[in-house]
Amino acid sequence: MAQTAQAAQAAQEHGFLSPTGVEIAFLLVGLVTLGAAVVTVTTRQLVHAALWLVVALGGLAVEYLLLTAEFIAWVQVLIYVGSVVVLLLFGLMLTKAPIGRSPDTDSANRPVALAVALAAAAALVWVVVDAFRTTWIDLDGAVQGSTEVTGSILFRHWVLPFEALSVLLLAALVGAIVLSRKKKEGER
Amino acid sequence: MHLAYPAVLAALLFCTGLYGVLARRNAILVLMSVELMLNAVNLNLVAFDVWLRDALHAGQALTLFTIAVAAAEIGIGLAIVLMVHRNRGTSDVDRLRETAEHPHEDPDTDPHEDPDTAPHAHAGPHDEKAEAAA
Repeated sequence: MAQTAQAAQAAQEHGFLSPTGVEIAFLLVGLVTLGAAVVTVTTRQLVHAALWLVVALGGLAVEYLLLTAEFIAWVQVLIYVGSVVVLLLFGLMLTKAPIGRSPDTDSANRPVALAVALAAAAALVWVVVDAFRTTWIDLDGAVQGSTEVTGSILFRHWVLPFEALSVLLLAALVGAIVLSRKKKEGER
Repeated sequence: MHLAYPAVLAALLFCTGLYGVLARRNAILVLMSVELMLNAVNLNLVAFDVWLRDALHAGQALTLFTIAVAAAEIGIGLAIVLMVHRNRGTSDVDRLRETAEHPHEDPDTDPHEDPDTAPHAHAGPHDEKAEAAA
């Protein structure tokens, strides 16, 4: 309780009009991330969408670093930027995606989608800002997400979900191979 | 740092992904938008974990699990998209309407009245099932 009061007091001291250095960095990287995400969902060139997705996911990795979650930042770079985007690019190539501008990347319900997204954005931002206006994250002190801390809690408290997840990954691997295998002639 | 910054960024990223899922036509672009939405959730989890200073670090553990599940999802999703592209020749989600019923279809090809054309009308879905079972 005392800690909550202290945090509230800290938030009072740190107004939105006098941001700290970390906040300025977070804001700038966040603008780049959001811009890249918007270009990803609006560009008419399919391969460019995948490349802008790299910028958005890399920006998010920097945001994790600024939030002192180092390990997750490097996992993000390894898995998302390293493998997921490569998989997406392979998918684009294998489905013979047109290089260059394609006129029909957006379907006919684009205005409806825009309305839904803007309404959801307005509602979510309003609620979130109203709820967490005075909440202050204390980034000083012990690092929250170093590799040591994450490994320790992962293998001390989260072992069973971790093992279940490895089984899930194996099942997904087998499923993907079965689905993408070319069927031989006459084979059922 | 104010918690509002990461929370607002996560909300905006989520809505960008929502727009992409609803507006895009190519199935792979829809998968990219799903990735954006998952990443918005991850950012929220990390920010709240750092704010709450949870002893179990549930937020960061769940973020790692979400990343692994997203990797599995993208693998399976791309395999399905490739299979659909091989069978139908397109990966545009709004052209894959074979599973929907067509109430205004040509009345001559009604399978209940004309048994000769019925097997032809169902050839595509049967091939699909055989492929899935193989």
